[in-house]
Amino acid sequence: MDILYKIFIDPFMQMGGAPDLLIQVLWEGLVGGVLYALIALGFVLIFKASGVFNFAQGIMVVFAALTLVGLYEKGVPAFLALALTVGVMLLLAYSVERIVLKPLVNQPDIILFMATFGLTYFLIGLGELIFGGSPKQMIASQLYLPKGSIDIPMFGGSVMLQKIDIAAAIIASLMVAGLALFFQYTRIGRALRAVADSHKAALSVGISLEQIWVIVWFAAGIVALATGIMWGARSEVSFALQIIALKALPVLILGGFTSIPGAIVGGLIIGVGEKIGEFYWGPLLGNGIESWLAYMIALAFLLFRPQGLFGEKIIERI
Amino acid sequence: MLYREAGQYKTSYQSDQAIFPIRQDRIGLGIILFIAFVVIPVFGNDFLINAVMIPFLIFSLAAIGLNILTGYTGLLSLGTGAFMGVGAYACYKLTTMFPNVNILVWVICSGFFSAAVGVLFGLPSLRIKGFYLAVATLAAQFFLDWCFIRVPWLYNYNSSGAIQVPERRFLDMLISAPNGQPVVRYLIVLSIVVVMTWIASNIIHGRIGRMWMAVRDQDLAAELMGIRLLPTKLSAFAVSSFYCGVSGALLVFFWYGAAESDVFNVNQSFQILFMVIIGGLGSLVGSFFGAALIFILPIVLRYVPSMLGLPIQSATVEHLTFMIIGSMIIFFLIVEPHGLARLWQIAKQKLRVWPFPY
Repeated sequence: MDILYKIFIDPFMQMGGAPDLLIQVLWEGLVGGVLYALIALGFVLIFKASGVFNFAQGIMVVFAALTLVGLYEKGVPAFLALALTVGVMLLLAYSVERIVLKPLVNQPDIILFMATFGLTYFLIGLGELIFGGSPKQMIASQLYLPKGSIDIPMFGGSVMLQKIDIAAAIIASLMVAGLALFFQYTRIGRALRAVADSHKAALSVGISLEQIWVIVWFAAGIVALATGIMWGARSEVSFALQIIALKALPVLILGGFTSIPGAIVGGLIIGVGEKIGEFYWGPLLGNGIESWLAYMIALAFLLFRPQGLFGEKIIERI
Repeated sequence: MLYREAGQYKTSYQSDQAIFPIRQDRIGLGIILFIAFVVIPVFGNDFLINAVMIPFLIFSLAAIGLNILTGYTGLLSLGTGAFMGVGAYACYKLTTMFPNVNILVWVICSGFFSAAVGVLFGLPSLRIKGFYLAVATLAAQFFLDWCFIRVPWLYNYNSSGAIQVPERRFLDMLISAPNGQPVVRYLIVLSIVVVMTWIASNIIHGRIGRMWMAVRDQDLAAELMGIRLLPTKLSAFAVSSFYCGVSGALLVFFWYGAAESDVFNVNQSFQILFMVIIGGLGSLVGSFFGAALIFILPIVLRYVPSMLGLPIQSATVEHLTFMIIGSMIIFFLIVEPHGLARLWQIAKQKLRVWPFPY
């Protein structure tokens, strides 16, 4: 009975007893969720447009942030460094298309997926070789990102909001809105969706795969850069970030691989679920359950709805 | 000229169905086994045996395990490291609970624990496939990783949180790492790997292997042919995890001597996946090639340049290894998706018709 009480009653008593704490935890979860969602967004972009499950998205986040900080440390002014990093991401998109994707057109998905594994390892090695493996400070104040926090009094306590988190949420929503509009209403957006359906069919109606892939990898690069800046400003820029990128996978599962809103909603659910679970139920299991809770939520969800919240249902015919 | 099958007629179904139908292949296999069992133990130094051969064999076994799942059944797994960990921890628990039973028995038994866990995490595979299943195996990876740290029972409430291999004997010889004789440990690992490879080869060429391959090539078609998908997929998970578990137990008991949960993290899983990709998906001999390449590459990078008078810092070696492995994966996927095993096959075919191209 005692264990049942601890699992089913006690956590809710705690929530009711200290609502300000609950809101604080919720907020932290939401912010974490936004950043997961941003990484997931990069995945979705590439998956939608090329059918490639891009495992390298996480390392692209690290690579972009490292390039930015590394250039600044070499004495380049902050905004010039930002512009140069965008250039580097364009170069990366172009070379990925040239070297990796073009020779693999129309291969099975799993082969393309494994190719992005290769890309991941290559980028880890390259990044460490050029910029060194030690963690770095993100140049947040030089990019005019806000610092400090706001305290909002609530329910007799107070909730602390970091300004950088608010900025992250705003930037993320702007980016998502922009991308959604781009996919829905422009010519290129339509071409992207055609490519996602079938490489062969898209080629045969005269869509340039090369152009589309460069565009979409570049867009994912920009998303990666934004994610890297935000995440770097919250903690620091290091290769440990790529483990966090693996967290984007359950987000994708929850949201569906092809849906931009799915990435956002999935990100928020995972972010909040993880924080609440860790804070209220974690002590029962000995803490640290954050590392697998997201996967378990996703796995449980998969069994009931394999295509995700907003994903397209795949109908198989013979 | 040496490698030509002229005059070798097959007069029975048995010889036609043989795995090595050509006499030279059988002789070659015999020579390889002779070198492995006799020449290396007699003439090899401790460095070769301890730092190269033992881990190479152990990783080959893990690669065979993953190859059964990914190469033969087409189910992508990112949880190999965790399944190896289950084997290692199970073996540790068993041998500390029952210290009088021979350690080799427990090494094999630990495979069954790993197989059970593998089946458990393979259960979703009927409902989900492809990338989704990869994420399910990743869930296994992170969950088990967490268990290895947070469940003190697994490491006998040690203050260090690591498993220390106790001293175990076999035929009055100390065989457990790190104090056992390298040659004895090598021979034990080699025997286990050879026997298990032989068993794997038999499974793959038999009915179960055919079923796995049918599921890999087209699961719907396989189902229509009357292959039940769930038992087939689960059997692949079980056999694969069994191999991974045994290799994990070998890794800790015959090579490291002690291990923390770190050894079995997600990077280990990736490492073994790379061995399978580079070696060749769906090929047993490829598993050995891949393990050799991925495992020996850093050693070569570390020692060869310094021998040539171009010392590279160890950090740089690590980065270069990452870059080379990454580019090699891409290169192989583009140029030869069946990996080194396919190159080996092509070489043999060329030799067969040499010196005439047809």
